[in-house]
Amino acid sequence: MAEELLKLENIYKNFGNVKVLKDVNIKINKGEVVALIGDNGAGKSTLIKVITGVHSPNSGKVFFKEEEVQIKSVAQSRKMGIEAVYQERALCDQQELFRNIFAGREITNSFGFLDIKKQRKEAEKILRDYIGFTSKAITVDSPVMGLSGGEKQGVAFGRSLYFNSDLIVLDEPTMGLSIQETEKVLNFVKGLKNENKSAIFIDHNIIHVYGAADRFIILDRGEVVGEFNKEDISREELVQKMIQLHESGKIKVED
Amino acid sequence: MSSLLNSYFVKTHKLEISITIIAIVLFLIYFLGAPHVFTRFPIYRAFMQSMPFFGIIAISATFVVTLGEIDLSFPSIVGITSLIFGIIMTSTDGNFFIAFILATSLGMFAGLVNGLLVTKIGIPSIVATIGTLFFWRGLVNVISQGSGIAIVDVADGTWHHMIFVEKLFGKIPMQFIWFIVLTGLMQWVYRYHKFGNHIHFVGDNKASAQMMGINVDNVKIIAFVQLGFFSALAGIFTMYEMLYFWPTQGEGLMLTTLAAVFVGGTSVFGGKGTIFGTFIGVLIIGSLESGIVALGLSGFYVKFINGLMITVAVTVYALIQRRKN
Repeated sequence: MAEELLKLENIYKNFGNVKVLKDVNIKINKGEVVALIGDNGAGKSTLIKVITGVHSPNSGKVFFKEEEVQIKSVAQSRKMGIEAVYQERALCDQQELFRNIFAGREITNSFGFLDIKKQRKEAEKILRDYIGFTSKAITVDSPVMGLSGGEKQGVAFGRSLYFNSDLIVLDEPTMGLSIQETEKVLNFVKGLKNENKSAIFIDHNIIHVYGAADRFIILDRGEVVGEFNKEDISREELVQKMIQLHESGKIKVED
Repeated sequence: MSSLLNSYFVKTHKLEISITIIAIVLFLIYFLGAPHVFTRFPIYRAFMQSMPFFGIIAISATFVVTLGEIDLSFPSIVGITSLIFGIIMTSTDGNFFIAFILATSLGMFAGLVNGLLVTKIGIPSIVATIGTLFFWRGLVNVISQGSGIAIVDVADGTWHHMIFVEKLFGKIPMQFIWFIVLTGLMQWVYRYHKFGNHIHFVGDNKASAQMMGINVDNVKIIAFVQLGFFSALAGIFTMYEMLYFWPTQGEGLMLTTLAAVFVGGTSVFGGKGTIFGTFIGVLIIGSLESGIVALGLSGFYVKFINGLMITVAVTVYALIQRRKN
């Protein structure tokens, strides 16, 4: 029996009168990559923002490592071991790489002054060991703005590995990337399993999702409408399900 | 030469180097055009005397501008805190500590109000601080009923007067020493403290900063609060220099202060800036008036050249920025 890492129970989230999440129940095990799929507005992004502490749910319970938790902030979810790699690419363009890697959890002395030397050294390690940057044009002092989409994504990944998170949340990690860069990202996701890390993976491209994930959770208008293990469904069947959902608003569940 | 131009320091400090060169050129023009003034000490003493009053605020305002925000209310915060300082000094027979603590606390409170209006209520800072600009000045007028306060009896000759504005070795005005010390300290905070780091990230991209776990609202509020504090401090310096409070105190500061920040190279779009640049900006803006007059141009040119400097500077920086993107 796989060990449970994260469990959401009866999660509801409203923005004003709009019910974005309705009674969502999901579970993620250690070493498992779960894909969240669904149309725009299905609630995928909101769901992961609940997990990473950007939004608080209106009701429902969250369990992490089998303990009930209330995730109130990004800082807290990070401390617990949840790390997000966002679609908006949470990096600030004009700031140097090493500052970006440590933003929000700077290495400081007790007066709050940064240990620049250590941050640069550690950032260099991340670039070299986790991301495999070898280009001389990119150093820890380069502003993020000069990086390609894939390189930015790489920095975000490297950051999550360095901070040794248990659960990595990937929001559209292949969006806007070249084929080569997409390949790198997918390999990275597959590599997570070897380290017994878990991931939640959102992507519009079912082909990408199918290759990288172990399990698929389909969201539609704020509800979980289907859940499949990879061994139980072929790629074509999954695509069929999505088309069906798109056309009829329902998924036919056959046992 | 080319290796020098390509060195790491030059690459990362283009802005600081350009602004320094501009300042050197400007002072060369003064020097060559009016040697009888600029080869003698008094003009520099006058600069050192007058620049810190707006310079201290400009350094502090650099944090707010780097956030991509603006504060237009500081001239009135100077006014209200100076008034309170004057009232307490005269009514306590010169109790410096009480007057200092109350005046700076009020400054921080005024900054807090700005910060809350911007973050919690969601009013754009340019609008919110126009409101508080009028509010605090209005309060000054109501309380003072339009009359000034002399603190000469309770301040002149005291140790606090000495450490604030008297001359070191009979030559260097103390306020300039303070200004240099504060500039160094703030530069350190700006680049090497967590708070300064967060200022850059919030100004660069608020949404990203939030996702990286930075408390955007708190960073903004603290930025406005520290500007309130330094506005009060600048007011107190002015009080010691003049030994008098007048109800329009601070009103002339708005343009020179913000001009120094923008000429110094801090990005109007947020996310990038330099305290050193602001310091040089203060030297440039603070010297223009005397420089222009010493060169033999009439005083009517001062605003014109001031305006030209600011417009050209922000245009050039915006173009540099656009090329980078």
